[in-house]
Amino acid sequence: MAERLAAKLAPANPHGLIRRSSLVRAREQAIRLILLACAMASILTTVGIIYVLVTETLIAVPPHEAFFQLVSPWQFFTETRWTPQFSDRHFGILPLLCGTFLVAGIAALIGLPIGLAGSIYLSEYASPRTRNKVKPILEILAGIPTVVFGYFALVFITPYLLRPVLTGLFGWDVQIFNAASAGIVVGIMIIPIVASLSEDALRSVPQALREAAYALGSTKYHVSTRVVVPAALSGILASFLLAISRAVGETMAVAIAAGQTPALTLNPLRSVETMTAYIVNVSFSDKPHQSLDFKALFAVAMTLFAVTLAMNLLSHLVMRRYRETYQ
Amino acid sequence: MSAAAPGLGVSRPRTDASARADLVNRGFAGACAVSAWFGLGVLIVLLGGVLWQGAGWLSWSFLTHYDSRHPAEAGVLAGLLGSAWLVTLATLFAVPVGVGAGIFLEEYEKKGWLRTLIEINLSNLAGVPSIVYGILGMAVFVKMFGAFQGRPKVLEIGLASVHIDIPLPFGRTVLSGGLTLGLLILPMVIVVTREALRAVPSSLRQASYALGATHWQTIRHQLLPAATPGIITGVILSVSRAIGETAPLLVVGAAVYLANTPGGIESPVDVVKHPGGLAEAPFDSFTALPVLIFNWISRPEQEYRHVAAAAILVLLGLLQVFNIAASVIRARMQRKTRW
Repeated sequence: MAERLAAKLAPANPHGLIRRSSLVRAREQAIRLILLACAMASILTTVGIIYVLVTETLIAVPPHEAFFQLVSPWQFFTETRWTPQFSDRHFGILPLLCGTFLVAGIAALIGLPIGLAGSIYLSEYASPRTRNKVKPILEILAGIPTVVFGYFALVFITPYLLRPVLTGLFGWDVQIFNAASAGIVVGIMIIPIVASLSEDALRSVPQALREAAYALGSTKYHVSTRVVVPAALSGILASFLLAISRAVGETMAVAIAAGQTPALTLNPLRSVETMTAYIVNVSFSDKPHQSLDFKALFAVAMTLFAVTLAMNLLSHLVMRRYRETYQ
Repeated sequence: MSAAAPGLGVSRPRTDASARADLVNRGFAGACAVSAWFGLGVLIVLLGGVLWQGAGWLSWSFLTHYDSRHPAEAGVLAGLLGSAWLVTLATLFAVPVGVGAGIFLEEYEKKGWLRTLIEINLSNLAGVPSIVYGILGMAVFVKMFGAFQGRPKVLEIGLASVHIDIPLPFGRTVLSGGLTLGLLILPMVIVVTREALRAVPSSLRQASYALGATHWQTIRHQLLPAATPGIITGVILSVSRAIGETAPLLVVGAAVYLANTPGGIESPVDVVKHPGGLAEAPFDSFTALPVLIFNWISRPEQEYRHVAAAAILVLLGLLQVFNIAASVIRARMQRKTRW
């Protein structure tokens, strides 16, 4: 009891031995409060995002109406047509979800294996000199604005890669805007994320494990694939989830290259619309802020936020739950 | 350890199995190496392609002209100055707040639920798609939650000879865009500040306290100066992220066609001639370099593809300047550090 009281009475700064004037102490306290306010700004950002999305979609402040008061959530999540701009309006988000996961799936097919193989090279094979050359290249790749990748997909990948190969050799019809070109560039974009996060996981595997495997006569290939990668699996999976979440939230490349046709299709050569592309297109087209399709923007954003948040949390969970602790 | 040593080091005749194992070994090593260098290949193709499409369109007049209906006359002036204003306002907002938050987390709240909460929050914010920040910015800054429904107000502030009209809500202005980008880079600034402060050896803190300095005096006169190069490097990298951001600006309401710069300032001369422009600029409508690029890519005319490529070259050049600045500061810092 007495100890607790003493702790309460102790000055805020435990380091000063001299009793200072109360003015100095007041100033120290004021500065602490200002810094606390700065730290709260990041919390306010999250609170703000959730507040905006919830009040626009679920519970509105009275004079306004929330999106789900006008369109039933059942319809929103089950209908298969997304036609907010037609007179025959349908707000079924499935085509947008389908487009989003089609692009993210293609991106994962490209980005995850290349990123993982690159991280194995950096961690297991490359000399320090090579690492110091490859890592800055990956950093540059990560720093290229996404609008540039969108340009690359539309102006180079579709006409110079997809069309000559798929139309030229197989005779398949490739639309100008297609999910494949967007998926390919988004896949390229997530390579640096996967490579650097997986590399961290691989490098944190203790050297003793590798040495034990070599001592048993394993080849480098077996050490990498059967010892090091399984030992770092939690970190690798976490990096995969983060990368897919990034692919789902990716906007500009997809808005430019994937098109604006909400379609419930798994054909990667067709034009699709993703959730992010819808948000951009509605903002870009200057819709009146009271119209229903503008309100639909918030419902789409809410879905996007929920999906990416769930994947990020899952990534943290995988990291915590399945992390092997050595020593 | 050679990659091609099958089995134990005992010499024995090469069998089919060991030859196959050798092949798998080499094949795997090769595939991994190719994957790691794949990024370089993409960069070369990307830069080569953009140069091929855009280099011929890049000229001095491209940098000093506004957008135009004729592709040959289009320029990036509005985008360049728009981006400059946006990034400046974003930095003015995010750096004081972010550095303050970083100091708080590293030097004041060393444990406890508040720190845990803020840390979880920061790692979540890092995963929020940038377009969601755009929606936050639109609701908070552009519309201010509809608090001035239908009756926008103008707040007049007169300071000596300068007269500023602040529209409420802010609307689709440079200020709204800048603050939105500020919110976007805030988590990054907090993270780099924390890392820079953590790199300062604790002997410096202890020496300062031993001399009788207060907590804030130690931070202000010892820790911050020691951490400044690290913070600046991180801030420059965050700013280069902000320059390339397009999606949040489109949601906040960037204009796609704009024939004036914020505050009418096109060059330093204009600032001298018309200093009031500096105060008006944050409340002007805005566009940005990547927004122009998106708009040009979206146009049906093929010539605009070349204009977009030229603008991409300007954007990449700008980012390169920032990256070089960051690495120069980092290198100088490493040379100067004596601990």
